[in-house]
Amino acid sequence: MTFSHAVWLAVALPLAGFLVNGALALRRPRATGLVSVVGPGVLVAAFVVAAGIFLELWREPPHAPTVVSLWSWLPVGQLQVDLAFQVDQLSAVMLLIVTGVGSLIHLYSVGYMKADPGYARFFAYMNLFVAFMLVLVLGSSFPVMFIGWEGVGLCSYLLIGFWFNDKVNADAGLKAFIMNRIGDVGFLVAMFLIWRAFGSLDFTWVTGHAADTLAPGGAVVTAITLFLFLGCTGKSAQIPLYTWLPDAMAGPTPVSALIHAATMVTAGVYLVARTNVLFALAPVSSTIVAGIGALTALFAATIALRQYDIKKVLAYSTVSQLGYMFVGVGTGAYAAGMFHLATHAFFKALLFLGAGSVIHAMHEAYHATHSHEDAQDMRNMGGLRHAMPWTFGLMLVATLAIAGIPPFSGFFSKDEILSAAFARGGEAPIYYLFYAMGILAALLTAYYMARLMAMTFLGPNRTGERERTHLHEAPWIMTGPLLALGVLSTVGGALNLPHLVGGHSALERWLEPVLAPGLAVGRLSMPEGSTEYLLVGAAVAIGVIGLLLGFRATLGRGILPAREAPPDTGFALVLNRKYYIDELYEAVVVRPLLWLSRVVLWRGVDQGLVDGAAVNGAAWTSRVFGGGLRLLQTGHVGAYVVLFLVGALWILRAVIR
Amino acid sequence: MPATSLLGPSLGLSAILFSLGVAGVLLRRNAIVLFMCIELMLNAVNLSFIALAQLHGSGGQIIVLFVMTVAAAEAAVGLAIILAIFRLKQSVDLKQLNLLQG
Amino acid sequence: MTAVVFWVFAAAAVLGATLCVLNRNPVASAMWLMSTMFSLAAIFFLLGAELIGILQILVYVGAIMVVFLFVIMLLNLTRATTDLRGSGSIGATVVIIGLLLIELLTLWRYTPARLAADLAQAPTLSDPATVFAAGELSRHETAVRGVVGGLAGPLFQVYLVPFEITSVLLLTALVGAVVLAKRRL
Repeated sequence: MTFSHAVWLAVALPLAGFLVNGALALRRPRATGLVSVVGPGVLVAAFVVAAGIFLELWREPPHAPTVVSLWSWLPVGQLQVDLAFQVDQLSAVMLLIVTGVGSLIHLYSVGYMKADPGYARFFAYMNLFVAFMLVLVLGSSFPVMFIGWEGVGLCSYLLIGFWFNDKVNADAGLKAFIMNRIGDVGFLVAMFLIWRAFGSLDFTWVTGHAADTLAPGGAVVTAITLFLFLGCTGKSAQIPLYTWLPDAMAGPTPVSALIHAATMVTAGVYLVARTNVLFALAPVSSTIVAGIGALTALFAATIALRQYDIKKVLAYSTVSQLGYMFVGVGTGAYAAGMFHLATHAFFKALLFLGAGSVIHAMHEAYHATHSHEDAQDMRNMGGLRHAMPWTFGLMLVATLAIAGIPPFSGFFSKDEILSAAFARGGEAPIYYLFYAMGILAALLTAYYMARLMAMTFLGPNRTGERERTHLHEAPWIMTGPLLALGVLSTVGGALNLPHLVGGHSALERWLEPVLAPGLAVGRLSMPEGSTEYLLVGAAVAIGVIGLLLGFRATLGRGILPAREAPPDTGFALVLNRKYYIDELYEAVVVRPLLWLSRVVLWRGVDQGLVDGAAVNGAAWTSRVFGGGLRLLQTGHVGAYVVLFLVGALWILRAVIR
Repeated sequence: MPATSLLGPSLGLSAILFSLGVAGVLLRRNAIVLFMCIELMLNAVNLSFIALAQLHGSGGQIIVLFVMTVAAAEAAVGLAIILAIFRLKQSVDLKQLNLLQG
Repeated sequence: MTAVVFWVFAAAAVLGATLCVLNRNPVASAMWLMSTMFSLAAIFFLLGAELIGILQILVYVGAIMVVFLFVIMLLNLTRATTDLRGSGSIGATVVIIGLLLIELLTLWRYTPARLAADLAQAPTLSDPATVFAAGELSRHETAVRGVVGGLAGPLFQVYLVPFEITSVLLLTALVGAVVLAKRRL
């Protein structure tokens, strides 16, 4: 009995937490003490299991994954799907990130959600989410992964609409759910295609037999990967299905940090890394993945430039960073994509939790004075570094990390992705374009992060005279996890330190057994020597320039509080309204669909065909036939006997020859 | 020595007896006689089973055992029903049995 | 010799059945039916079903028909009034019986060979060879284990479940008959 075989515990613990908290939410909503122990407790316990598994793998890195089969789930003819978990280097990394960052965010939530009436319900949903997320990363086959995939979508929906009394929040949850369904269709179709091509849905089988089953660059593998990527665009918020993620900020901030930054939205990246061999066999798909990633990175970054809601900025930043990860995995640098996934989980969770602390403070300040100002509008903040020095310092760390300033973690991972894109440009020049878009997005990233920091923490305070005195640092239960994430954001780069600075790409080597099938198809030769120095120098310079520009531009002119600020004009307005993409979708998709539903489906099909022809028609038919047949029912037994015999004769005629 | 050559005549006799039973059911109004005609039909069918059992093995004979049992049960219940009807109508004439007539 | 005996009893059976159907007196009808059943019992003997022939006399003649007679006499139905149906009904009867006979009398032409040919064409899982072997097998079984033993084997092995169901049916019928015949519950 090893830790790997106890992997089901990692899933069972949060699930048990969900059951306990769910029962408490229904029966004893005020038992917050127990919830505070159970909610984060199960996560910490799951983290211990995860750490045990990781250490076990570390001592003895296996070459083949350990598949722990719990029970036979779908034994249908040739389709044999077990509910099984797969422990290997890739899932171990994800396991650590999910349980580790999850534990910190759960601890933070104890402070953040303290006063909320739905405290127990919140932790129930969060535990359930973690359970499903672990099923997603641990599943040993596509269907099991799909359970987790759908489950996290459900929890995302529940948590976005956590404060469902407000219709906006409920609508945001619905939007996320529906957008994800579109992507899930892609996932399902991909599964069907894989089943047809391989006759199996197990990861081990598919990765082991991909090279000799599918023709490289063939139509089948291209279709499979494109449909898989459609699933990824939904779950990981890429163009064209990204619009749900910014709206998802309607949920509580820890939710945004855990689900919509650190874990769930990275599931798409994980999926591509997991099926790396398929993407490696489909260069066209990989180019599309990288292209969509680069486009999303740049596009979302521009929108983030002109947002005023602090969480919206971070949301678009997340979309943009996810784009980077897809550039990485699309380029074939799967390890780099996973590396950025890990570092992003640290610094983006830190940013969200920091923003949560700010919102928490702002909210309490406005609450104390019964003001109805927007607690999330950065125009109402400013100068908070005096009130919240810890939060300021830690968020500054995260800002430096995301902007790509060495030695913080984001620098290494982002640089690796961009270098990989540049290296791939040697054989496919379009990757030079992706590289350029990535560099430009990096510039914008540094700019909007500097703007966020400057508007929030620097300059004069704009909160209001009376409210200013109520601003204060968050309690230790909230700053503690921030501190831990700050450390991780700082040193996270050590996970995969490149040769350039004396490391030996630990993560890349660690993931080698899992990524080998994909790398066997096409391995990148990373740039070396002067080119490498040039690329790193460019990246650092871009980051520094972006930050400087951002601080200068923001601090250089006065900012008015939200209620006094003039509306945006020109291109700034277009950016602020997110290029009117939501309005475009509304006009192109939603309205025609509603019209179709109302006029054709409701009036035509439902009222006309179903109600009119089918339901009333069936009643009319049976009434007519019944009226006719009633004539036969004379009530005389003798008549029945005669009829019965006539029938018997008829049958006899058919039987006897 | 079993007479498989009697298969055809046995089946024919069975057919005649069955038809006579049907005729009785159609012609008679006395419920008890009608009932006896049904027994006649059952007997005719039994004859078929016995005749074919020569070829098909003892399964046919065992079916006849079951038919007899069911016939006994049917006679018991049927006669009880006739008794109940007689108490109600003071007659077993099927003409009287028109309660089904709405 | 067998054929002669068969035809004698066949004629007796048809005669008894005809008189049973046509006689006005229910008691006489019952008696004629009993004679038909005796004849059939004899034919069963000829066809190699000795045990069934004996049971026919014991169960049908000895038990069921006695119950019929008992009920007839209990209800005092011996003096029958006009019992036959009207002329229209008789016409319908003639037509139906005619058709029935036309169809059923084709059975007369059945011989073992014809049956085998039919079974070969019939959509059944059983192979004619095995079917007829079963007949031989049964005869062999009867020769070895006697008339009762030859039937008891399959009855309590292959047909055990129907046998048990039948016993439940009999019990149900018993209870039902008591409930129906009681004047007042």
